[in-house]
Amino acid sequence: MIKVEHLSKSFGNVKAVDDISFEVKEHENLILLGTSGCGKTTTLKMINRLIEPSGGNIFINGQNILQQQPEILRRGIGYVLQNNGLFPHYTVAQNIAIVPQLLKWDKARTEKRIAELLEKLHLTTDYLTAYPAELSGGQQQRVGLARALVADPAVLLMDEPFGALDNVTRSKIHQEFKALDELKRKTIIMVTHDVQEAFELGDHICLMDKGKIVQDDSPAGLLFNPANDFVRGFLQEQRLQLEFKTVRMHELWQWLPALEKEVKPDSLPIETDLWTGLEQFKFAAAETINVRNQQDHEVRSASFEQLMSAFYQYKQQRGV
Amino acid sequence: MNEQQQTLWGFMAEQKDKLLEQTIQHIGLTFISLFIAVAIGLPLGIFIARRKQFSGPVLGVAGVLQTIPSIALLGFMIPVLGIGPKPAIAALLLYALLPIIRNTFTGIVGVDAAVKEAATAMGMSKWQVLFKVELPLAMPVIFAGVRTATVITVGVATLASYIAAGGLGEFIFGGISLNNTNMILAGAIPAALLAIVFDFLLSRLQKLNIKKLKIATASLPLLLILLSSFYFLPSAYATKLKAGFTPEFMGRHDGNLGLQSKYGLKISTVVISDAVMYKAAYEKQLDVISGYSTDGRLKAYNLVVLDDDKKIFPPYYAAPIVRESSLKKFALLEKILNLLADKINDSVMTALNYKTDYLHQSPEKVAKDFLVDKGLWKPARNGNNGLVRIGSKIFGEQYILANMYSMLIKGNSDYGVATKTGLGGTKICFDALTNDAIDFYPEYTGTGLLAILQPSLKTVDSLTSSKEATYNYVKKGFHEKYNIAWLKPIGFNNAYALMIREKQAKDLKIKTISDLKRYLESK
Repeated sequence: MIKVEHLSKSFGNVKAVDDISFEVKEHENLILLGTSGCGKTTTLKMINRLIEPSGGNIFINGQNILQQQPEILRRGIGYVLQNNGLFPHYTVAQNIAIVPQLLKWDKARTEKRIAELLEKLHLTTDYLTAYPAELSGGQQQRVGLARALVADPAVLLMDEPFGALDNVTRSKIHQEFKALDELKRKTIIMVTHDVQEAFELGDHICLMDKGKIVQDDSPAGLLFNPANDFVRGFLQEQRLQLEFKTVRMHELWQWLPALEKEVKPDSLPIETDLWTGLEQFKFAAAETINVRNQQDHEVRSASFEQLMSAFYQYKQQRGV
Repeated sequence: MNEQQQTLWGFMAEQKDKLLEQTIQHIGLTFISLFIAVAIGLPLGIFIARRKQFSGPVLGVAGVLQTIPSIALLGFMIPVLGIGPKPAIAALLLYALLPIIRNTFTGIVGVDAAVKEAATAMGMSKWQVLFKVELPLAMPVIFAGVRTATVITVGVATLASYIAAGGLGEFIFGGISLNNTNMILAGAIPAALLAIVFDFLLSRLQKLNIKKLKIATASLPLLLILLSSFYFLPSAYATKLKAGFTPEFMGRHDGNLGLQSKYGLKISTVVISDAVMYKAAYEKQLDVISGYSTDGRLKAYNLVVLDDDKKIFPPYYAAPIVRESSLKKFALLEKILNLLADKINDSVMTALNYKTDYLHQSPEKVAKDFLVDKGLWKPARNGNNGLVRIGSKIFGEQYILANMYSMLIKGNSDYGVATKTGLGGTKICFDALTNDAIDFYPEYTGTGLLAILQPSLKTVDSLTSSKEATYNYVKKGFHEKYNIAWLKPIGFNNAYALMIREKQAKDLKIKTISDLKRYLESK
């Protein structure tokens, strides 16, 4: 879907992005992860040509975007910014309607689409006539997201979209983000410096440093097959939490004991991550949890100790 | 008629047509200039916001324009644009440019970068970003600039009357030279009110919230055009020749009023400043001007004085007028000042004025050369015995006289001297004298009679044909009323005079004011 080849960008003598290549498949979430100044935002902005590359090529659906007219290209790509970039002199409705207006949609179609999006993003229609300054940070970010999604672009670029939010609001929006059906149909490239966020939302992650991609891999790949010490060091601090969140029940399946007791109605699906599984002990105060394989309806159960032991064996198998 | 007892309201009611016309001219002048300044300044501000390398030079030039004294700027305009509304508007708009350009630039540069980036990223073209995002968001700052420009323009527009463009300045400057407080206030109060009202209205516009701002933005150009249309050219019936008179001359019985009543002269007239009048005549912008018979520019610009065959211009013999208390305090003063009595006749004074006005010699040098030539000059003594304060009005002849007196006092006594030159017109100078801010200044008999004592028309008529009668009348009047003494006249008569270009006078065979009238009435 999106193919980046030998992309470079220099500002004077500084190479902000240095000959990077990667690919994002359709409906995938790619996270560009790294510290400030690693070139991740520059990379993102070259994809909608807010920044013109010094060298290399970018293809979207096989088309070289450098040969397209920038304005037309951008109208087909959703863009969400950290500070939302809402127009302070436009109402919420007007803000969301900017791209439809540029695309010359008729009024009824625009209104219908806006109403649909607001509902999905849990904003009532009361907000339509409000100005951005009257909204909370989380609400502003939702409107920003609605604005990016309104014309249903196939590609969505997000520049630290949740960076300005407090932790509570952020994790709430993370949940919504993952649940939003609109987003499942998108190919997304998101920039973040937050490792947790990257692991939570990314299908695969490009870890960048000094303008180069150090490792382009799945979250598990980064954790269990780090390319070098930089990758290892980058994840070190939050390693255990990241592992719990990355490892899923189906990966532990073979080490889970068969069902001993009767099936509980609230068994977890097999895609559940270990972190959520462990949380059950805390919230449900149960001795064991049940995990169900949806395909063959087999159910297995495990106690806290059994789960941890399965995790330990899994890690040994991966050789970490 | 005693104008001093007339109230301000009385004056304004009497002159209400003129006041209304001047106010409307003033508003029109202000907003035409402002409209053009916005039309130029806004795009220029946008341009330098886009190409920042030009912002330094453009703002620099606009800043320098702002520092040029307004009367000088008006003077520069005359050779290029003539006199009347054109140079006035050009000068006013140059003053209004800086705040508009600067605020447009600041406003646009100050728009949140994230908002601009979002606009671009959504697929807006550069122009769409400008009109939908940058300009609307910069609008409060731009309004603030327009507001500053408006207040500046309302103020500076009073000077438009210097170059025959009308406006409330006609009353203000006429009043200053005629020593008529009511007239000054009749111009100054409406001008101040205009500034306050427009400032207030624009401040309201600036504080509007986002919703209403859109309406305001759309209505501003319309409003500017509407207010601009207030201005119509100073209405005058066109005659074969065009006259330019000073505001002072316009309002005086021994000026334009006398020309109309005694000669029946009908000529299309504009009001113009003494400072630019001679030049405008020389540049053929004007044909007939009201000048002073000893003015150096007469010689410089090849103008000739028309003979006042019906004697309407009273004599203006110059003499120092001194506070009587100062004469007591400085015992030698009277004798020293009288050293100059009868030493300078009309042609000598014109030649001296020519040296300062046209040859650009300093008044000091001209004064010293003259005194040396006459054998009156002595080196300065120690000057430690009290301080004599000399005043002068704000034109060359008075500077020269003040310098001569200063040198004579220093050379012939031990008094110290402080010169306070450039005290504006008659009113300012005379008020300075009565309030003991100066000890003496050179005054003219005609001015003393008509601008200060202001006797009845009948008395004036009986006096003005005789030099001595006028002098004796003012001498007596000043002593009784103000305890101010008139010393001996210096000799020259700097009277009002109508003048025209020498060549034109020859071509049209005009020598007297009656000739001029006959020429104007012939077909």
